[in-house]
Amino acid sequence: MLLWLMLVAVWLLLNQSLAPADIILGGLLALLACRVHERLGKPATGRGGWRRGLVVLDLLVAVVTDVIRSNIAVGAIILKAHSRRKTQGFLDIPIDLHHPAALTILACIITATPGTAWAGYDSERGLLTLHILDLVDEEGWIGVIKGRYERRLQEIFE
Amino acid sequence: MTLAAEPGLVVAVLASLLVLLGATVTLVGALGLLRLSSFYERVHASTMGTTLGMASVLLASMLLFSALGTRPVLRELVIIVFMTVSTPIGFVLLVRAARHRDAAVGREPEVVTTGTPGGTDRDGPDAPLE
Repeated sequence: MLLWLMLVAVWLLLNQSLAPADIILGGLLALLACRVHERLGKPATGRGGWRRGLVVLDLLVAVVTDVIRSNIAVGAIILKAHSRRKTQGFLDIPIDLHHPAALTILACIITATPGTAWAGYDSERGLLTLHILDLVDEEGWIGVIKGRYERRLQEIFE
Repeated sequence: MTLAAEPGLVVAVLASLLVLLGATVTLVGALGLLRLSSFYERVHASTMGTTLGMASVLLASMLLFSALGTRPVLRELVIIVFMTVSTPIGFVLLVRAARHRDAAVGREPEVVTTGTPGGTDRDGPDAPLE
């Protein structure tokens, strides 16, 4: 029901209209999407509550600042590309997230920050492989992923 | 689209700065595609345009059109969310495909492994797609 409402809201928002025809069409499409979603199987959602909302906000702020910072860092690397030594490399990070939605959000965060790219995840060993453009301080990168993102995602989902 | 009125000076300047910022960031990212030498490095360059570049242009659009009062501002937020959620799908697939290809020709890059006892040397290509 919540999903249906959200889908209708997005549909109306994208169409910029509240005309009855759009509401009916959006409602039907949302119904169809909900049916497909049910067939795919529902992932378990985390617990609710005010505290969780605050952590979500906290995570959002951390991600936005990191996106801006890493854009500047990667831009600097590109502009100096000819003079610098190669520091790129792959890095394995053990992570304790198992919730599919949490991992999905982590993938979005890692892709959204230039400088880090998701290169693979081994669910049996809980091992995340990243490609990092500026791999000088390995412990620092692990600290960023585990301390800034993983901890908050765990609070939200587990 | 007809504009309702001239935007105020402050709004116009702010929106222009945001568009310029977004365009510059995207340009630097595109430049990175030319200047960086390996595939994995170029992935990082192209994400610049899809993150800060995209967000700045959309923020400028939000600012301008909400100041002009022609329509509500939420549509750009929806675009930002959809872009952020959908780009990883392509990028993750591309990087994994590149690693499979590298492994197939025996060019497996070195992986720095830390923090896991017992050693987790990667001795083959990534696990096949789940």
